Amino acid sequence: MSAATQTSPVDQTRGTRPARRPASGPSRWRRVRPVVLPIVGLAVGLVFLAPYIVMLLDALRPSSDVLASPATFLPRRWQWDTFGTVLSDTRFLAWLRTSVVVATASTMVVLLVSVPAAYFTGRVRYPGRRLFLLVVLVTQMFSPTALVVGLYREFFELNLVNTYLAIILTNAAFNLAFAIWILQAFFASIPAEVEEAAELDGCGRLATMWRIMLPLTRPGIVTSVIFTFIAAWNEYVVALTLMQDDAKKPLTVGISSYVTGYQQHWDQLFAASLIAVVPVVILFAAIEKHLVGGLTAGSIK
Amino acid sequence: MSQSTLRQAGPATSRPRRRGTRDATSGWVALLWLGPALLLIGGVVVFPAVALVKASLSEYSITGLRKGPAGLDNYRHVIEHPALGTVLRTTAIWVVAVVILTMLISLALAQFLSKQFVGRRFVRWAIIVPWAASLIITARLFTLLLDYYHGIANTLLVALPFVDQPVDFLGDDRFTLASIVAVGVFVSVPFVTYVLLAGLNAIPDDVYEAARIDGAGPWQVYRRITLPLLAPALSVSTVLSIIYVFNSFPVVYTLNDRNPGFSHDTTITWMYKLAFKSAEKDVGMSAAAGVFNVLLILAAVAVYLRVTRGATQENQA
Repeated sequence: MSAATQTSPVDQTRGTRPARRPASGPSRWRRVRPVVLPIVGLAVGLVFLAPYIVMLLDALRPSSDVLASPATFLPRRWQWDTFGTVLSDTRFLAWLRTSVVVATASTMVVLLVSVPAAYFTGRVRYPGRRLFLLVVLVTQMFSPTALVVGLYREFFELNLVNTYLAIILTNAAFNLAFAIWILQAFFASIPAEVEEAAELDGCGRLATMWRIMLPLTRPGIVTSVIFTFIAAWNEYVVALTLMQDDAKKPLTVGISSYVTGYQQHWDQLFAASLIAVVPVVILFAAIEKHLVGGLTAGSIK
Repeated sequence: MSQSTLRQAGPATSRPRRRGTRDATSGWVALLWLGPALLLIGGVVVFPAVALVKASLSEYSITGLRKGPAGLDNYRHVIEHPALGTVLRTTAIWVVAVVILTMLISLALAQFLSKQFVGRRFVRWAIIVPWAASLIITARLFTLLLDYYHGIANTLLVALPFVDQPVDFLGDDRFTLASIVAVGVFVSVPFVTYVLLAGLNAIPDDVYEAARIDGAGPWQVYRRITLPLLAPALSVSTVLSIIYVFNSFPVVYTLNDRNPGFSHDTTITWMYKLAFKSAEKDVGMSAAAGVFNVLLILAAVAVYLRVTRGATQENQA
């Protein structure tokens, strides 16, 4: 629904634009445009999909054929049960569970922590406000990879190596900056009158935030959710370092053991990879419209 | 729904009464709202950063046990490490090449995707896939695609009339870095395209309308209107790209996995190898390299911001 409200005005003006300037655009371009643009679009889409199409085809051929030389585009022999094999592999299901748990929990922690901070920073002038924003900005520049040695030592001393908690906290902390940054801009852009009206009606600050402000910032929240979820879902280095227990590894780390020096199941590696990609793409496609709106509010001020 | 109300109401009404609608609040109330965030940042970003600095000043055994203080020895080892020059050069080429190529390609792509045409949805979804796929998966996939013996890229290449030898994309020193950069661009473009697309969508149509009525040609409209109005989105996405690309680990690490030594390592993968992979397994030295890394990225972003700020001020003057 929101998708429709958002695109239709743009589409209409875009569509009528050439008609409004008959003198400037060559009319031949206007005639070939409906043909050329989709063709270029198809080519662009294929460039981005091509590697993953090969991945799908590799998942559908026996592992030994994946390494055949020279490589062929279509499998010489089709092997249809790879996805079934992977999905009935208990190790794979354990990794999948870890990924779901870690990504979901990290996202929830980020929301719980960033919304109050962003609301307060966006709406209220308090001593140290600029310092807080600066700290947030600097954490954006740190990556868990750069700090991995320090993180390992900290969690080692806290006895948290090999726990979900360590990975969840790390993912949450390093994605916090982006969420606060985006949400803060959203909260700041809501007119003061809205909040004042709510207060006249007897809403406390918490109630104002919950009932009035949160619904107004929904695109920003959707954006933060999707960013954190994807970042946590795809996180690799921290999990690689902190999770040595095979059953508790997330997908990104776990599936590497399909192809090692001892055994090479390229077909299963790729099938597992595709299964890992699908939920994210679906999630993404579902909120794509919100995402475009959410990014705007955060980045353009 | 709420989105459109927000966008209409936001800029128009909030301008005269700006953010500071409330009186300054005492520090204690602020702590209540910011506490959880500060706790998380303090515990998982600042504390490890301090631990990193501490580790960089200590000496460790090969099994990771602290043996005692090391002064600045670890830093000296980093600076005197024979690979440092190569690693820094690779890092500079990697960041600059990937960011510039990504920005140019994404700019064109965003412009293209803001047009209305049949199948636009398909293209937008297709571009999402490399972003949604984990970097490590994509990197592993490309090691295979670009493989000398088993890679489909070489099958296609040899099928061309003017190439008769397969290319060792990831093993031949002439091509390794270029191949890694290409994959780096491939995985960076989607995010930047979406940021720029959002920026383009935010430019009101009546601005274009006005320019056209004033008789501006398409190129003039692009240079005088689109680019300046896109500047905030451009600078945000450039800063984020610099940070992401600099810190990017899986692509460089995986594609370079088979090559010995550090000749195609960036500072991030070099640091990781020092700590967990190399013969040295030196935690202290790797920590020092980590501190070095953080300082490098801070410096790079500061320089970029300074340069662009200078440039925009000049433009305005």
